[in-house]
Amino acid sequence: MLRHLDARARLLVALVPGLALGTLALNLALPPEHALHVPTYAISLLGKYLCYALLALSVGLVWGYGGILSLGHGAFFALGGYAMGMYLMRQIGSRGVYGHPTLPDFMVFLNWQELPWYWYGFDQFWFAAIMVLLVPGALAFVAGWLAFRSRVTGVYLSILTQAMTYALMLAFFRNDMGFGGNNGLTDFKDILGFNIQAQETRAALFFASAVALALGLAVAAILVNSRFGKVLVAIRDAESRARFLGYRVEHYKLLVFVLSACMAGVAGALYVPQVGIINPSEFAPANSIEIVIWVAVGGRGTLLGPVLGAFLVNFAKTWLTGAMPELWLFALGGLFIAVTLLLPKGLVGLAAQIRLKRGRLPSSHRVPAAG
Amino acid sequence: MRRLLLALALALLAAAVALPAAAEELRGLIDALGRGTFADREKAIAALAGSGEPAAAPVIEALGAGNLYVRTGDGAVLLARGSALVDPLTNAAAGSVSDSGIERIRVNNRLRRAIDAALGSLTLLSPDPATRLEAAAAVFKSRDPGALPTLEKALAAETNPEVAAALGEARAAALLFSDASEAEKLEAVKVIRARGDREALSLLGMVAAQGPGPVADAASSGVRAIERVLAVWEAGQNVWYGLSLGSVLLLAAIGLAITFGVMGVINMAHGEMVMLGAYTTFVVQEAIRSTAPWLFDASLLVALPLAFLVAGAVGIAIERGIIRFLYGRPLETLLATWGLSLILQQGVRSIFGPTNREVGAPSWMSGWFEIGHLTITHNRLWIIAFALLVFAGLSLVLRRTSFGLQMRAVVQNRNMASAMGIRTPWIDALTFGLGSSIAGIAGVALSQIDNVSPNLGQGYIIDSFMVVVFGGVGNLWGTLFGAAALGIVNKFLEPYAGAVLGKILVLVFIIIFIQKRPRGLFALKGRAVEA
Repeated sequence: MLRHLDARARLLVALVPGLALGTLALNLALPPEHALHVPTYAISLLGKYLCYALLALSVGLVWGYGGILSLGHGAFFALGGYAMGMYLMRQIGSRGVYGHPTLPDFMVFLNWQELPWYWYGFDQFWFAAIMVLLVPGALAFVAGWLAFRSRVTGVYLSILTQAMTYALMLAFFRNDMGFGGNNGLTDFKDILGFNIQAQETRAALFFASAVALALGLAVAAILVNSRFGKVLVAIRDAESRARFLGYRVEHYKLLVFVLSACMAGVAGALYVPQVGIINPSEFAPANSIEIVIWVAVGGRGTLLGPVLGAFLVNFAKTWLTGAMPELWLFALGGLFIAVTLLLPKGLVGLAAQIRLKRGRLPSSHRVPAAG
Repeated sequence: MRRLLLALALALLAAAVALPAAAEELRGLIDALGRGTFADREKAIAALAGSGEPAAAPVIEALGAGNLYVRTGDGAVLLARGSALVDPLTNAAAGSVSDSGIERIRVNNRLRRAIDAALGSLTLLSPDPATRLEAAAAVFKSRDPGALPTLEKALAAETNPEVAAALGEARAAALLFSDASEAEKLEAVKVIRARGDREALSLLGMVAAQGPGPVADAASSGVRAIERVLAVWEAGQNVWYGLSLGSVLLLAAIGLAITFGVMGVINMAHGEMVMLGAYTTFVVQEAIRSTAPWLFDASLLVALPLAFLVAGAVGIAIERGIIRFLYGRPLETLLATWGLSLILQQGVRSIFGPTNREVGAPSWMSGWFEIGHLTITHNRLWIIAFALLVFAGLSLVLRRTSFGLQMRAVVQNRNMASAMGIRTPWIDALTFGLGSSIAGIAGVALSQIDNVSPNLGQGYIIDSFMVVVFGGVGNLWGTLFGAAALGIVNKFLEPYAGAVLGKILVLVFIIIFIQKRPRGLFALKGRAVEA
């Protein structure tokens, strides 16, 4: 399958797990006092970034190649996370505060008598794993089918997806939804029988995230280099023209939207055991827009860009919120403006942009266009 | 309560001066309070209440408060003012509480109940109509048949029609729970049924539950009739709440109808313009509080033009600094303005702190009144009026001024407008500034009903977009209709689904609605669509 990839994509796909293994070796093999030792908290931090990178890749795929600016991908991420969280909740068993054999703590607390039907099956890992793909995929299918069929495009689609994640946030905040309300799902004990706090489990989760990202990159690379990808780019650039040429535009868009949602779901599922909690604030519209800025910073229309952007922006966030918490929102806001005004192609496109400027005269004054 | 006491004191004075003969009779009744057993005293209280003399009220009140004493020598009952004793009718000094031969008149719980009932019926005869009205309402609630004689007396003397009606209802209520004849009770049911509110409903419900008979039948048919009427009123109240919510949505969305609807610019910082307007109000009020407190009632009027200018200036700065580089790239505009909204929020948070700031209400915005069974608060009424005023003003600017004409010209055909000598970049900036200014003055109004915090704007942004998209882009009437419709639908869903679920349902409804009418309810037709 990897034959279909060009050399750069193949390098990228191989590089991610390779780097992850190297980092792990520095964490596990070297003694803590060694200069090159990677502390465990850095491993869980990097694991989080890997999940964000996969999430950014999923947005980069629909936005960069399909021209669909989704402001609701946080919802797919959170749904994947909730599916995994439900599995982890069921794994607690009778070790919860109230010691109930089947009901999670918050249900006992809220006087639920029995497990709601939609919690059935989540004690099995394989079932949860399927749901991680199926639930976000199904939501994306329904939302996308409705939207693309009636040719809701551009900004309208963005606002609709934002409304979708907003509605889900309101819903998940409700206690009677049966997903832990405000507090979400937390206090996880173990995953597949391994203690979730153990260093080895964390290392394994970290590596799994790296593999998932590599797989995501491979799938995305195959997709965009295929005939399907070419049509997708054609739709992004001239939707009506592609439709008049006889392509079923909505089918192409729907497929890439669903695929991207599944990818986001996987990212969420890997994210939750590493941070140990999932709550409704993951659905917040602001989160979804933040994902978009990762992609914009890295460069849309590329595969490396979203991954790079996710790492850079989140590293900056971790550092700034620790060092100067007041400044973080200023920095993030400034980043939004600076990237859209100055770096339309992102960091990856910066080199090409500079080359273009040197080769030609400064680009002509932009005339505001209506609409 | 103070008014009531004052009225009683006045009544006492009048009685003491004008009616010496009645006063002698009253003295006999009062002195009876100091004699005999608790049961005797209860009778004495009832007799005193039955006398209907307003002068009796403070005596009974003093008895309840433990301020009534008896002189064992002659059996005279005296009133304590602090430690001094006075004659209850003439106010003449009569020694001190600590004198020998003075005993406090004791009460028990049974007596206290009798005292309360007596006070209720005695105030029915107060000279102050407001006090009488209150007393009538109290008797209506207590349904005490013992108050009937006083009620009859009060009713006979009543000249104020409003109080008379209330007294009649109280009498009917008391009659229904007395051993009056069936004909009288049927008449009483009619009176209560005519009253037609929730209290009447529960009262008739109780009568209907008392068992079979023509009275119970009449009562239960009355219950059904009142329920029907109340359902209509409740729907009316929901419409009112919905209009009120709709006016808030309209205020938040109408500026967006300009920037998004007319110019096609996605301004995610629109909510922050609303927030700036609200904080302008806060600053104005702080300044007024510290320099000229007597101006406080005018603070909103001062804040309005300032908020208009502040938000407008920020809006023009945004257009010149960011948005003009992004025309024709709506997705980038969305992201850049979102970034801007983060900066504005954090800026306000750094200056004013993250907590809610208090914006006070001027006196003319507080209070409420009732129309039938509708409760209407002044601030909601003002906000609805204000929203409509803003809407009318904006329509006027768009239709009747040369700026509005140029604006529409630029929207319809930019190149042609430019060729006709219109400075299109200026029109862009001013249009965006206008939309932002409107958001700013919306913030002044919303500061009255919402928490003024850095997150104020975020709560409105999605709703505002929904209103504009639902109503139809580029159409002010669509925005008006969309806001009112969404407000009312929201309020009608709330009782069945709860506030949050109602909101979700509305969102889902809009998402589905946009499938059917992607261009909104009032879509532009013809050439403008593709422009």
